[in-house]
Amino acid sequence: MDIKVNVRESDGDAYVVDLAGEIDVYTSPKVKDAITELIDQEHYNLVINLEKVRYIDSTGLGVLIGGLKRVREHGGSVNLVCTNPQIKKIFDITGLVKIFGIFDDEQSAMKALV
Amino acid sequence: MIPAAVDADSYGVVELKIPSKAEWVAVARLAIAAVASRLRFSVDEIEDVKLAIAEACTHCIQHAMGSDAIEITCEALSDSLHIVVRDRGTTPRLTHVEKLTGDDGRTEELGVFLIRALMDKVDYSTDATNGTELIMTKYVTV
Repeated sequence: MDIKVNVRESDGDAYVVDLAGEIDVYTSPKVKDAITELIDQEHYNLVINLEKVRYIDSTGLGVLIGGLKRVREHGGSVNLVCTNPQIKKIFDITGLVKIFGIFDDEQSAMKALV
Repeated sequence: MIPAAVDADSYGVVELKIPSKAEWVAVARLAIAAVASRLRFSVDEIEDVKLAIAEACTHCIQHAMGSDAIEITCEALSDSLHIVVRDRGTTPRLTHVEKLTGDDGRTEELGVFLIRALMDKVDYSTDATNGTELIMTKYVTV
């Protein structure tokens, strides 16, 4: 079990974080490090692509929430790309659908940042 | 251990003991999912069980101070899956979350909230000397 993290620059000052694999108590520090590094570099508009994430738990959600809180302090935003019904269900149950912008594709998520 | 319902047939009991370390949670998750797959659960329901057991183990790792192992007992019954997650930590534990506090993002709150949302029956039993037991049941609906 592992998580693959890939960070790439997109249009404007937005960055995309591609995640693939499983985000749990063991792998979430790697995701947190990538998001923290971007924010430390003053990139406050992020799209986190969860299309290839098969599993996420509360520690993964906590990392995403932590990132969102930090970018919001600087007027930024975090949008998510998520198509996995099971993962969408977790965002629904926890009410996080009201906090994150959740989109079916990267283009929509990116467009909604600005 | 709180006994399972006595009127359901037991297909068997699986016991698992993992180190109280993050890298072992996936083992518990996959093992219990394999037990769940022997019952008539849907794929979504098996995913619910996987997440609940992972949240339970994560909770032990992060909050059961002084406990170096997590003991899991999983009984496959004709009408349900009955899981007990036990640790020997004696620190007080969050066991109930009425409502998540906005975007606060406390993972402990999220974990307990998810366990209660995904499983049909959830009970905690805390003993100052023996630790904490989380007893949870998922019923087969088909």
